[in-house]
Amino acid sequence: MTRTGTAPDIVLRLDGITKRFGALTANDAVSLSLARGEVVALLGENGAGKTTLMNILFGHYTADAGTVEVMGQVLPPGTPRAAIAAGVGMVHQHFTLADNLSVLDNILLGTRPLWSFRLNRAAARARVRALAQDFGLKVAPEARTGALSVGERQRVEILKALYREAQVLILDEPTAVLTPQESEALFATLRRATARGLSVIFISHKLHEVMAAADRVVVLRHGKVVGEVATADTSPPALAAMMVGAEVALPRVAAGVPGPVLLRLDDVTTPDEGARPGLKQVSLNLRAGQITGLAGVSGNGQAALADLLSGLIVPTSGRLILSDAAPAEWSPRAALAAGIGRIPEDRHKTGTIADFTLTENAILETYPQLTRAGLLDHRTARRFTEELIADYDVRCPGPEARIRLLSGGNMQKLILGRVLEARPKIILANQPVRGLDIGAVAYVHSRLIAARDAGAAVLLISEDLDEIMGLSDVVQVISEGRLSPGFARGTMGAAELGQWMAGAGFDHAA
Amino acid sequence: MRLEPVANPGLLRRLGLPAAALVATVVTGSLLALSAGADPLATLGLIVTGAVGSKFAALETLNRATPLIFTGLAVAVAFRAKLWNIGAEAQLYAGALVTAVLGAHPIVTGVPGMALIGLAAALAGALVLLGPVLLKTRLGVDEVVTTLLLNFVLLLVVSMLLEGVLKDPMGMGWPKSAPVAKSVRLPRLIEGLRLHWGFGLALIAAGLVWLMQARMRLGYEIRAVGLNRAAARFAGVPVGAVLVKTALISGGLAALAGFSEVAGLKGTLTLDLSPGFGYTGVIVAMLAALHPGGVVVAALFVAGVFVGSDAMSRAAGVPSYIADLLLASALLYMVLAMQLVRYRVVWR
Repeated sequence: MTRTGTAPDIVLRLDGITKRFGALTANDAVSLSLARGEVVALLGENGAGKTTLMNILFGHYTADAGTVEVMGQVLPPGTPRAAIAAGVGMVHQHFTLADNLSVLDNILLGTRPLWSFRLNRAAARARVRALAQDFGLKVAPEARTGALSVGERQRVEILKALYREAQVLILDEPTAVLTPQESEALFATLRRATARGLSVIFISHKLHEVMAAADRVVVLRHGKVVGEVATADTSPPALAAMMVGAEVALPRVAAGVPGPVLLRLDDVTTPDEGARPGLKQVSLNLRAGQITGLAGVSGNGQAALADLLSGLIVPTSGRLILSDAAPAEWSPRAALAAGIGRIPEDRHKTGTIADFTLTENAILETYPQLTRAGLLDHRTARRFTEELIADYDVRCPGPEARIRLLSGGNMQKLILGRVLEARPKIILANQPVRGLDIGAVAYVHSRLIAARDAGAAVLLISEDLDEIMGLSDVVQVISEGRLSPGFARGTMGAAELGQWMAGAGFDHAA
Repeated sequence: MRLEPVANPGLLRRLGLPAAALVATVVTGSLLALSAGADPLATLGLIVTGAVGSKFAALETLNRATPLIFTGLAVAVAFRAKLWNIGAEAQLYAGALVTAVLGAHPIVTGVPGMALIGLAAALAGALVLLGPVLLKTRLGVDEVVTTLLLNFVLLLVVSMLLEGVLKDPMGMGWPKSAPVAKSVRLPRLIEGLRLHWGFGLALIAAGLVWLMQARMRLGYEIRAVGLNRAAARFAGVPVGAVLVKTALISGGLAALAGFSEVAGLKGTLTLDLSPGFGYTGVIVAMLAALHPGGVVVAALFVAGVFVGSDAMSRAAGVPSYIADLLLASALLYMVLAMQLVRYRVVWR
């Protein structure tokens, strides 16, 4: 451990943290400091690098470059034990409590050798009670953890960190699982804790919470710090713009020629899934020859809309109408038969099968047509794949290589080819360029525009406002499962869209 | 310490590591023999000669391998879809039960009769696995638990029937079924050699499973479901239907092990028909990396170890439990080797 000349009121300092996963740079020279008694919000989209950064701080990952300093001491990399000993406590999004133990046992677990466990129980209970009293964390030490509500479990996690004398508390998306009332109570606890000198890092992508709970906001995008402001000096729309980035304009694309409506959602509602909101009475028209861009902060119902159009879920109320007829049955295969081409959000988990070859992945949606008497026609499949590889410029060892060997961009090109070669009338492009390099981004975009010009209706879902504004003929904003009206190309700036993304405008529009 | 994937494992890696696993198994066996106070090399030699050292020994090994090929294939087919069928034992007994009942008083005789009984047996095994798979796809019940527990249920049902309605009146009070009629007993593969057609059927089954896995649409669907269920569902693969088909094939194959033992080797159903062929099928399938050709090889290896250890035990006085220990260590080394083919260990 080395002493450095850090000012005494800085409890935590991250300096030049860089972390790469293969070609992806998850954190790019991130620096961040935290003063005693301060709440800093780490704001950013999914995949912006927030969780990676906190995992480095807590010692789950080792950074490729940069240092973590707690109380002026550099932490040895890669050891959570050292982070805990230095006074860092982390409350994960998914709690790490044993359901069959009491609250007290969960708090004590791992803090002391087992043989001295019983002796100090009474003292420990008194200390937990005192901590709970001081910080307003109401919870009974002898209650069985499995019987507690989610909010109570989170209090136990916080108590666990406080019991270990944490000076820095990291909360990873703490409100994702809480009701508004529980969130309010959590914020009250944080205020009491910081008044007693505790420092908090609060990870979130919810703007209003950040405004309510934090003193200062650090915004991450594509692994870099893109902004750092005091909450008093900013507003939700400004933060939204910072998060999704609207400084650089893409080259403008010629407008499409809108045709008839090919897919219509009529007052559609879908169920919430855990913390993921469903759609709330959404109506939407997708027109031939038009790209409809769906802007919004992630986790606001994009996944539900994508799942609906992919055939994975059905509406609980309202109707999905294709060319003036509601489909009798709705499934992925029905969606494909209806001419919907789907580029999924996660090309690794849902777009491809990693241990399948390129050929096997290329025919994943069309293999029933390649079957004769129960046997797959491998020769035709292979020829089709070879054409895809050539036409879509997929760089790969060959059609029989496993797709896991490909870079994200080449994997995406194969998926794009699979989708476009089926000549879809409607294209769902969900985050089609996330994590791709600039060349691949331009390629995917040009193909989508070509498909539009050939008469396809395209729904582009993206968290990148540049991409949405650059490509879309019509922009709609999704927020908490509700859909804004459509705004024609060029009629809305980033600031106005940011307002809608933050939830303003819906109240009087609804 | 952590594991890092190896992009393109070389030939040395793919063959060398399994060979190393085999060497490690032999070393473990030697240590076990040494601990029993015997000469390690002599003990291993006795196992080898006991397994393949004579015509009689080799035929015994082939006979022992027959049910293991069937149960190994059953497990391999199911595991490809990540359907964890641990109930091959139950399906085997279901097939054996149907064979014993229909075979004692056959309505149709000769090859058509055998075929009908075999089909009925396979159907019974398929139905035994259908319940757990429907519980899994409809209600999310863990099939490991249901298939495992059904093993005991089926065994107790067979026990009840053998002590009751199925008890052979000519059996001098032993709990065994009436013998299968000569007209539907599986004939010998080659006249004069004590090896019945069950072995031939097992090889044919392995060939058909290979065809299914490598060339047929269903095999492709099964692999898609097993390797990435979410992606398969997204692409429109009917995941539930594929799992049901997988279960029917897997249960049917395991049941054919019971059919082949009752209609071929034994001619009657007893409670000790299977010394755990269903469970050993899991070992066979894992050693074979779920490949049907590998299943045949692994079943022969496992059968050889069992038969050879019995002979060695009689000759050298080392307990034949050494067979179980050898197989267990072979499995562990092989699973480890398979993992190390695809991942390298990085120490930090």
